[in-house]
Amino acid sequence: MTRIALLLAGIAPLAFAVPAAAQSMDHSMHGAAPAPTPAPSPTPAPAPTVPPATDTAADGSMEQMDHGDMQGMDSEPAASTCAPEHAAMGHCTPEAEASGKDASDMGAMDHGTASPSDPDCPPEHAKMGHCTPKVAAPMAGMEGMAAASSASGTDLPPGDGVAPAPPADWYADRIYPKGEMEHSRHEMMKENGAQTIAFISFNLAEYQARKGRDGFRWDGEAWYGGDINRLTVKSEGEGVFGEGIESSEVQALYSRAIGPYFNAQAGIRQDFGPGPDRTYATIGFEGLAPYWFEVEGALFLSNKGDLLARLEGYYDQRLTQKLILQPMAEFNLAARDVPESGVGSGLSNMELGLRLRYEIVKEFAPYLGVEWARKFGDTARFARAAGEDANGVSFVMGVRAWF
Amino acid sequence: MQIDRRRFVNGALGGGAAAAMAAWFPAWAQSGSTGITAPVPTVSGNDITLRIARQTMRIDGKLSRAIGINGTVPAPLVRLKEGQTAKLTVVNDLDEDSSIHWHGLILPFQMDGVPGVSFPGIKPRSTFTYEFPVVQSGTYWYHSHSGLQEQLGHYGPIVIDPAGTDPIGYDREHVVVLSDHSQISPEAIFRKLKVNPGHFNMQRQTLSGLLAGKDQSLAERIDWGKMRMDPTDVADVNGSTYTFLVNGHGPRDNWTALFNPGERVRLRIINASAMTIFNVRIPGLRMTVVQADGLNVVPTEIDEFQIAVAETYDVIVTPVEDRAYTLVAEANDRSGMGRATLAPRVGMIAEVPPLRERPLATMKDMGMGNMDMSGGSMAGMDHSGGSDMGAMPMPAGDPSCAPEHAKMGHCTPAGDSGAMAGMDHGSGGGMQHSMRDFSVAPQVKRDPSVQTISPMPVDRMGEPGQGLEDVGHKVLTYHDLVALERNPDVRAASRSLDIHLTGNMERFMWSFDGVKMSDYHEPIPFIEGERVRINLINDSMMSHPIHLHGHFFELVTGKGDRSPRKHTVLVQPGGTASFDFTADALGDWAFHCHLLYHMHAGMMRVVSVRPKGDGE
Repeated sequence: MTRIALLLAGIAPLAFAVPAAAQSMDHSMHGAAPAPTPAPSPTPAPAPTVPPATDTAADGSMEQMDHGDMQGMDSEPAASTCAPEHAAMGHCTPEAEASGKDASDMGAMDHGTASPSDPDCPPEHAKMGHCTPKVAAPMAGMEGMAAASSASGTDLPPGDGVAPAPPADWYADRIYPKGEMEHSRHEMMKENGAQTIAFISFNLAEYQARKGRDGFRWDGEAWYGGDINRLTVKSEGEGVFGEGIESSEVQALYSRAIGPYFNAQAGIRQDFGPGPDRTYATIGFEGLAPYWFEVEGALFLSNKGDLLARLEGYYDQRLTQKLILQPMAEFNLAARDVPESGVGSGLSNMELGLRLRYEIVKEFAPYLGVEWARKFGDTARFARAAGEDANGVSFVMGVRAWF
Repeated sequence: MQIDRRRFVNGALGGGAAAAMAAWFPAWAQSGSTGITAPVPTVSGNDITLRIARQTMRIDGKLSRAIGINGTVPAPLVRLKEGQTAKLTVVNDLDEDSSIHWHGLILPFQMDGVPGVSFPGIKPRSTFTYEFPVVQSGTYWYHSHSGLQEQLGHYGPIVIDPAGTDPIGYDREHVVVLSDHSQISPEAIFRKLKVNPGHFNMQRQTLSGLLAGKDQSLAERIDWGKMRMDPTDVADVNGSTYTFLVNGHGPRDNWTALFNPGERVRLRIINASAMTIFNVRIPGLRMTVVQADGLNVVPTEIDEFQIAVAETYDVIVTPVEDRAYTLVAEANDRSGMGRATLAPRVGMIAEVPPLRERPLATMKDMGMGNMDMSGGSMAGMDHSGGSDMGAMPMPAGDPSCAPEHAKMGHCTPAGDSGAMAGMDHGSGGGMQHSMRDFSVAPQVKRDPSVQTISPMPVDRMGEPGQGLEDVGHKVLTYHDLVALERNPDVRAASRSLDIHLTGNMERFMWSFDGVKMSDYHEPIPFIEGERVRINLINDSMMSHPIHLHGHFFELVTGKGDRSPRKHTVLVQPGGTASFDFTADALGDWAFHCHLLYHMHAGMMRVVSVRPKGDGE
């Protein structure tokens, strides 16, 4: 049993303690050790020979250590006892099996000249894990042991050879019918990264309570495609109960990932509703901005030559894992007045919203909130002329959902 | 107790209730459990039949859809003997193609079981016979390599007994298959990950957390928000939907392994999860690791180890008291746990420790290395490689990569990380690294699938894993592993190859070098017999267990000709891992991240080993 203890004592410094200099020493000696066999035995394993506290320190606190101290270490008298900071780094093991001297001495030990003819596994080597009492059947390659006083195995640096050219055929085609392999290969490649997905979501689907008649509003998006290329359909609109839809639009867009966070989108927008049913060419973007702001922007050029722009964004502030406060803002701009649709040039209108949702599941989250809308400049003038308010506050209640 | 109560209440509030309760449940719920002692059923011999079929399974009393083999989940233990010829007839009773891959087994490539790479797959209602010589011993496993079937239960253990005497002495053994199971179909899980980034994360930082002084400070949150990085993103799919299983049983089922006090008990622990990296411990018992990925290692005593998906560890425990112990397999994001009991008699249970505080990713997990480096120009280093460090012309007191710094991963000899070359640390102070500087990794495609590139990745094979740095006891690292037998090939690698592990957590895209499997069909070529160093550089904030089929590789951890040999290596977030391997297995092989949905998203390649001049 003491042999196992010895073995364990050897492992601890190997893992953490042995300075790189020591590791570069003759590993090829390992196998040369004749075997003090730690016979597998049904008796209980011995108590750990390395106090757990030491392990912990070696494990966890190395990064916090003052580097200045460490650099000085090697020059400390080798015969010093196991100073706490050494022990903490695992450079030596206080008492137990390995004496402080043995371990801290390692840097000074001349392993390079360790005689290969010495067939024994000297205790101090074993402690450092430099050789291991043999357990298994005779080691393959033992004969090679005596040779090397140099490093071997993974300690050797790699060469600078060049890679071969990739093969032009598939090996399995030589064994299985080529047609079957072609088919399964195609499936495998598609299966690992080329999935297409269909997605539909409603960011807003709500009832709006306000002065005068209450209204409703929606804002949704659906897409179909892969990681990079997608067909995206967006729709938003609002209306008044009893009066029907006030304004609404549908956009059909080609969406392409142009960076890790953003998609570029281009397509057409069609307006519906009481106003003129304009058609627009659209180009825009959608994505995640720094600080976790979801943003979206687009330019719209109508078939009458009107140029509009829209910028919107929101932020999800998690109050708890399921309760989320979402401030949002939307700005609409126009290059010139479009009296037919009541839009004035410049910043035509702005909406600020604050919605508190509860994610029953991520896919379904009812919310309550408030929205403040304001029209500016000529847009406000057009609205007043039409007998509408230029400003308005709504209390909203709805659901955010996706499938 | 405060935290646990909070977690319990939080979980009980909504959709995550079932999962949260399964993972952490009050004492009263445990008392009724008598434990299930049935081991995974065994098949053995020279002619084994495995029948893949849909079935149901009962987990913590709840019925679930599954795919099993011979009617069980996990699939039966396939017990083989080194030196025999294995003949395994696989019947596919599914309505879709299926396959079995023998994970970690050295065999002819056409028997490896990867549809589209090693064979055409097994068609519905048809049979395929695998036949290969068994040339190794140890603990392995097998699973489907078709679609997402593995998530549904299509996995099982393999134990190969050595031809001679086993150098590992034990009185009793238990096979422990860890896995994860969801009530949601795997296709739905994948879709949710794609359309809603962080969908399953129910441990995000919140405003109430901030006000309570938890997690990151406001300044840190703003910094991380600027980078669009979520430090709580540790496990993509986790306890909010998973129940964590031990041998197919949930925490309440309490699978129980029996022992007689004083026995040396060998636990063959296999992580057959689709997505879950576990931290395994048995409070009150130390474990002696004797085998990793099926191959013997010098026994090393530890209190806890992280087991990545697809890894196996054999440990010896010697419980001497007449009492029960809990085997805890805690998900690495601490969103739940698998639980089993070791007990002298059925019905005995031990305390189940509460889940520990979930880890938060650090700057190091984003590939920023150690930002507290005192400086000193790395450019001045003699990059002659680890083995020569003793001979390095390094005056004492040289502030560059001193050996003990290198050991701690504070600096890295060039051989370990190709990405370090050319970096100028001499500038010191600033440390304003771009998070997506392609000049650091010229081979990586500039693509939306690449969210970040680790500006300063360091070798993290000497670290225990996320959230295990300060647990107060000894946790295994790859540096603790020493092969029991000398490595069969101790030549120096003739060349090296960097492979960047890339991804975009916002789009759930995963790739190698910025290119998905589906976009790049050309294999990674190797000449038969050549020895190559592979440097895996993790450019993402997630851990990736990387698996190479058909080969064992030697980790470059300074162990020379006793390097630990593995089939799967976990590359920690923002870090690097290196291995040497001998391309001695002719044919085409799969090479991929073993997180199922990462592979499914594209994190895979074909590796081709050809005789010189063949196939060109």
